[in-house]
This record gives sequence, C-alpha cells and structure tokens, in this order.
Amino acid sequence: MKELITVNNVSFQYPSEENLTLADLSLSVYKGEWLAIVGHNGSGKSTLAKLLNGLLLPTSGEVKVENYTTANEKELWEIRRRVGIVFQNPDNQFVGTSVRDDVAFGLENFGVPRDEMIERIETSIARVNMQGFIESEPHHLSGGQKQRVAIAGIIAQKPSIIILDEATSMLDPMGRKEVIDTVKQLNEEEGITVISITHDLEEAVRADRVIVMKQGAILTTGSPREVFQNEALLLDAGLDLPFSLKLGLALRDYGVSLKEQHLTQEELVDALWTLKSAD
Amino acid sequence: MLDNVIIGQYIPGTSVLHKMDPRAKLLGIFVFIFVVFLANNWLTYGILGVFAVAAILLSQVSLRYMYKGLKPIFFIVIFTFILHILMTKQGEVVYDLGWLKIYNGGVKQGVFISLRLVYLVLVTSLLTLTTTPIDITDGLEYLLAPFKRVKLPVHEFALMMSISLRFIPTLLQETEKIMKAQMARGAEFTAGPVKERIKAFVPLLVPLFISSFKRAEDLALAMEARGYRGGEGRTRLRVLHWGFRDTGALLLLLILAAVLIVLRTHG
Repeated sequence: MKELITVNNVSFQYPSEENLTLADLSLSVYKGEWLAIVGHNGSGKSTLAKLLNGLLLPTSGEVKVENYTTANEKELWEIRRRVGIVFQNPDNQFVGTSVRDDVAFGLENFGVPRDEMIERIETSIARVNMQGFIESEPHHLSGGQKQRVAIAGIIAQKPSIIILDEATSMLDPMGRKEVIDTVKQLNEEEGITVISITHDLEEAVRADRVIVMKQGAILTTGSPREVFQNEALLLDAGLDLPFSLKLGLALRDYGVSLKEQHLTQEELVDALWTLKSAD
Repeated sequence: MLDNVIIGQYIPGTSVLHKMDPRAKLLGIFVFIFVVFLANNWLTYGILGVFAVAAILLSQVSLRYMYKGLKPIFFIVIFTFILHILMTKQGEVVYDLGWLKIYNGGVKQGVFISLRLVYLVLVTSLLTLTTTPIDITDGLEYLLAPFKRVKLPVHEFALMMSISLRFIPTLLQETEKIMKAQMARGAEFTAGPVKERIKAFVPLLVPLFISSFKRAEDLALAMEARGYRGGEGRTRLRVLHWGFRDTGALLLLLILAAVLIVLRTHG
C-alpha cells in the first residue's frame, strides 16, 4: 500500500507547557485506509492532527505528506490542499455567509479559476447531499449539515486525506450518523484516506485500523478487533468501551457463553438470538 | 426574543435598483451627496424631490420602510428647522411676537435644510434597503482597491466585514442561549429599575466575550487549514456585473447635477 503520510520520530512541546505533548512519535498513514486515532483528553491526538497539515510544526522530527514536508514553508500550501481538517465546532469553521461562499473559500485561497470553482462547488455540495441548501445561511443549518458543508469545502479542493478532528463530538446522534456516513461513502467510493480523531470508540469500531494514544505516545495499534481484545489497555488509556463490548463482558460474567467479542450492536444481537440454536 | 432583530435592513426584491451593481449604487450615493448641496431655491429642491420620489418608486420598497428609516431623524429635522427660524434674520418679518421676530428668510432656510436632510436619508437608506450587506462589502472592496497601493488593507477590511456579517446571527443565538440560562437561574433582564437591568447584562457579556475570543481563535485556525494566506493570488467566486443601467444611472445623476447648476440661484 502506498504511504501517504509519514511521521518520523516527532516530538512536540507547547511553549507554555513543561512536558512534551508528543514524545518521539512515529506512524504511517496508507492510501485509502480509514484510520482512527483514539485517546483521552490530553493524549495529544488533536495536536497530532494539527501537525499533519502544518498548522503546528514539530519541535523535533519530521512530518511528510506525499513527499512534501511541513518544515518547508513553500510546500505547506501543497500539503494543506491535500490534507483537509474538519474541526470540532461546526460554527467556528464556517467562514462564508452562505453554503456556496463557504465551499468557495478554500478554492479562492488556492486561486482556482472561477468557472472551475463553480463546477467544483456544485459537485462537492451534491457529494455531501446538500443540494437544496446552496444559498442557505449558516444559522439556518443544523450542526450535522454545517459539518457536511465543511466536508464539501474540503473535497472541492480534491484532497487525498480528510482528518476528522473530533468532528462529531458536538453533534446529536442524527448529525453524527450523517457525517460519518458521508465520510464513509467518500472513503469507499473515491478512495479518500480518512483519519478520524476521536474519543468515541463506537466511531473507531468502523475504522480499518486503530491507534490508541496516551500521554503523547502510541499505546497500541491494530484492527479494531485486535485493539478491543485488550480491554485493560483501553481502560488504562482512559477510554470508555463501546456499549456492545461492555454488555458482552457483563453477559459473560453472568454466565452466558458468548464465544467472541462483538464490536457492534448487530453482531451482539445476532450472536444472542442464535446462541441456543448453535448447539 | 431576538428573532425579530433584522440584520441590516435589506428588503429582498427584483426592482431595477435591486439589480444595479453595488459599485454603481455606492458611487451614485457619493455623487448624490454633493448634488444635494447644489440646490438652493424652490425649483432645484423641487427637482431633487421628484428625483428622490422617483428613485423610491423604482425600488418598489414599501413607503412604510422608508418612513421607518426617517423616524430616527425627525427630531434632528425639526430641531434644525426651529434653529433656522430663530437664528436667520433675513427678508421680511412674517410674524412678530415682540421679543421674537420670525423672518421669511428663516422659514425658507429652515425648510431647505430640513428637505436636504430628508433627501439624504431617503436616498442613502435606499442603498441599504436594496443591497445585501455582503454586496455592499464586495462593492466597497472593488471601489477601494486602488488604495491598496498606499498600503490600505482593503482585502482584509472586506474579509473582516463579511466575517462579522456572518457571525452576527450566530452571536445573537448565543446571546439568547446565555440569557435563557441566566434567566433559568433567576436573572431578570426585562423588569426592574434601569440600574439593575444594566447590571444584569454584565454576566451576559462576560461569557459572550470569552466565547467570541474562542471562536476567533478556532476560525483563524480553520481558515489557515483551508489555505488562507491573505489576498495575494486569491481568486473570487463573487463577481459584480456592471451593466448599461449602471452607466445610465450615473449619467442620469450627472445630468441632474448639470441641471441643478444651471437652475440654482447664482450670486
């Protein structure tokens, strides 16, 4: 698999803080994958997101995106076009006075000619299912809709990576589903690499690969199934297990003979209603 | 409670004035302000009046809104009128109270100055009534572009305006939320003595300020993440279209100016 992002021995320290926020961290992100980075508050995961597109520069080490490095200021713009970030607060990243203006903002910054801009705006707004809202003003949109507009703004730039930096944490369950489904579709149909930074393990269950962070270092990495095998480790990282896992554990303690772990509610339900018929 | 706060006073419509290029409207207002000062007799003030009424009719904005725009200046109009009647001592005495003599020159001057004020307010409010704030911002950015040479941050200024416009409703919503939270805990914003009510706004403003700074920080980060690096090398989605009617409107204003120069009382 092609390596899109390479993080080499990166350390980072905020000037106002005594401890390193990230300590000698290395990781790779591959083309087309959905990578979830999970961790408790203060584990350094959001700092990592900002390092990946050069909003922050590492104190030591190197961040490379498709052979561009964030340390080189001339290449920073190439990186920012390729790596889009959806931030946590839906309101605070909406720059334009309407949906159309907001999607245009990034394109204007990169100097895309107007005719092409109009075309790209329409396709990307259609891509996130916001066709009917092109003239809408932000205060008439729900949180989920605003996040989808933010995604449209990013895909209009034809990026290779979308980072969701806690992008669903301020949304209601409906909005959360809208956003995750939209990104999932982009990931599957267009092969856009997704890095989802979250403390919500339910969201991480849907990833191809999970990285667990604690105190600026990587605790473990693997497929969701592998990572969630190790409950003690997740609890140590200060994370709350997904509901179906917790219920599965409780049931096993109670004496129900569940054979394996169930990451999603459907899996658990299926296992439970076929429990006796298997014998 | 804050739902009925209208941002700006734009009234959507499809009139000729609505369709005009905001640059033409801005330039037009600029010229009109000078033209108004050319009038100095009944005939020229009459012509200006016909022009102002024609512009209002063309805009298809209901007279109720025009009246609303005039209401705040009624006091100033009446005040200047009375001031002129009392202070100007020209022409014949039309009324004699013994200690106070009113001259017809004073009455005339008072009417003229009042009309001048009314015309100015009517025509300038037509700009905000028929142009969206964001169009006015765009128009200003284009018109002020030459001043970039003298290092005037025109692009930044326009971006600041459009971001403020975008955040006004958001901050209003937030204000309402904070107010409700405070009211739920017994704060009183609408009743009680004025002093108490002003005091009650302090706990409203503090959280609003703090969150605005947080927003500004987030927004700056989001803008940078999306490749913002100032006005250099930037293309624009919003374009303005200068048409025949815009040139026509400005020509009409120049003709009006010429007519007033000919007809005004000289000497």
